[in-house]
Amino acid sequence: MERIEERQGLLSALPILVIMALIFLAPLLVVAAFAFMPPKVFDLAHLPNFDNFLVFFEQGYYTSLLWSLGMAFAATFILFLLCYPLAYGMAKVFGRFSLVITIAVVITLFVSENIRLFGWVLTLMKGGMLLGHLKAWTGLEVDGLLYNVPVIVLGLAYAYFPFMLFPLAQGISMVPDDVRQAASDLGASRWRILWEIDLPLAMPGIMVGSLLTFVLAAGAMAETKLLGGQAVIVMADEIETAFTYGQNWPLGSALALILILIIGALAVFALSRIDLDGIMGRRR
Amino acid sequence: MASQVVLRLEGVTKRFGSFTALDNITLDIADGEFLTIVGPSGSGKTTMIRLLVGMDAPSQGEIYLSGERITHVPANKRPTCMVFQSLALFPHRTVGQNIEFPLKIKGVDPATRRARAMELLELLRLPADYYRKGVTQCSGGERQRVALARALAFDPEILFFDEPLSALDYRLRKTLEKELKELHRQTGKTFVYITHSLEEAMVMSDRIAIMRSGRIVQSGTADEIYNTPGSRFVAEFMGEVNLFAVTGRGAGSFEDSSIAMQVGAATLDLEKGAQATLMVRPEYVRFLVEGQSADCQISGELHNEFALGSRIQYEVELVDGRVVTVEKLGEDRFKGRYGDKVTLGFDLANCHLIRED
Repeated sequence: MERIEERQGLLSALPILVIMALIFLAPLLVVAAFAFMPPKVFDLAHLPNFDNFLVFFEQGYYTSLLWSLGMAFAATFILFLLCYPLAYGMAKVFGRFSLVITIAVVITLFVSENIRLFGWVLTLMKGGMLLGHLKAWTGLEVDGLLYNVPVIVLGLAYAYFPFMLFPLAQGISMVPDDVRQAASDLGASRWRILWEIDLPLAMPGIMVGSLLTFVLAAGAMAETKLLGGQAVIVMADEIETAFTYGQNWPLGSALALILILIIGALAVFALSRIDLDGIMGRRR
Repeated sequence: MASQVVLRLEGVTKRFGSFTALDNITLDIADGEFLTIVGPSGSGKTTMIRLLVGMDAPSQGEIYLSGERITHVPANKRPTCMVFQSLALFPHRTVGQNIEFPLKIKGVDPATRRARAMELLELLRLPADYYRKGVTQCSGGERQRVALARALAFDPEILFFDEPLSALDYRLRKTLEKELKELHRQTGKTFVYITHSLEEAMVMSDRIAIMRSGRIVQSGTADEIYNTPGSRFVAEFMGEVNLFAVTGRGAGSFEDSSIAMQVGAATLDLEKGAQATLMVRPEYVRFLVEGQSADCQISGELHNEFALGSRIQYEVELVDGRVVTVEKLGEDRFKGRYGDKVTLGFDLANCHLIRED
């Protein structure tokens, strides 16, 4: 009986396996293969080599990688600090009002990210909504607030806000109230409870939220292009350029592969340390 | 017990909106005693313990700990602690880390902490190698002991318990009840235990306080409450009981208000016209045979018989349909068949008169 059930499981999973293999795995494998082709070729019928990876180091593409990872890290960290109090409120304090917040946050996702970013541009640009009013009221003229690294990080934090907030709220809601009360009863102060009880027990939510935010932010480029005006060039931008203007598929593939490996390793590391079943509400 | 009062409640009232959960409670808890607060669900006992521990503050009234007013002192600043119903162990920590938590908070150094944890493991009969075990891997009884050890590590002036045994199976509960009583004796600490189970209260406590609708209706030793309850509620709450409404007829004589209970020469302290409830426990009711007599006699029909292990319980239906419960030890088994006419008797010396306003 058990063997039949096992086969049934495999059979039910087969359609999605085929689709995933064709539309998800196959392109990734093609990219991985191109990464080892000589520069500027358009087929895979060449001897593999590491030229593209040499280019990555020789031509300074690693600065772009560092910008991508650094800004993603900054955005993730800022989002964590911003979202934690709100997520705590949603999970433990607000009750039904949490739903209102959820809806309000989700609705922003209905508008395309680029359009929302243009909204920021109009707000922050020289003579835009903010500075235009400032000039009209006080006569002060300030150069635009756009086109620098902090504003890019702000944009990233803005764009990926929901991806931090919801997993965090979910994680915090998993911390039992009585455990927190017990810690308080045993003499722990609020900060001590946060450190000893809340953070460790909400860790699955914190990890999932941070991972989502970091991965998305590390691969983002709209924020750098629109808000940053290419004050810095990020990795995703370099990859796009290599594939399009550069017409250098192998270089683009190599850059993509490097990014995928770094982020993939991070994801595997983070996910191996948390209990995903727990956060999905399933018992082990 | 002539010892000092360690905790005093003065006119404590707690309201939630228009609902009064605790109604003007005044209670003294003596140093070193094992007090159990018993009540059915909804009687306010959970609210009570939340106030005692400091997780909530009363709407009115004051709480004093060793003479010092602590009414509004939060839980983490009170030298008392509680064993939660859910135990509330820290699931991400080992047994050792759980026990050491209060010491860590107090800033005790790791070596001393560890030594104390080891002592407590031994006191609670947990193997020393449990120190490194995760609490989630422990069984229900073991967790119970870990929770106790953690509370004792805090070295509280009073240890509160919020029905921590209610989730365990019967046998384990019985074992732990006895261990808890033993632990109370060994540590000499004040234990305040909250439960809905009278059995638990009777086994463990020096003193029992019975709660109903936010008030303490009676407090005293288990014997006092069992034998001389102050109200029908307490009498019925404290196990099987037979209650008769009686009216005084002057000069100590009285009559049963509804059925023809034959009353002999014995008298009750009940003035003419006064109404009260006469209580007699099932173990004091006898089956009378020819030639025997008792202060009070009633006849009825044998209705049912239940074996309770060492005892046997009988139900006798009276003419008006009411049922009187009789209990006999196994060796005094009454041999009768269902439907037999029987005469029951009991003496007033074994009765208790309940007067309620």
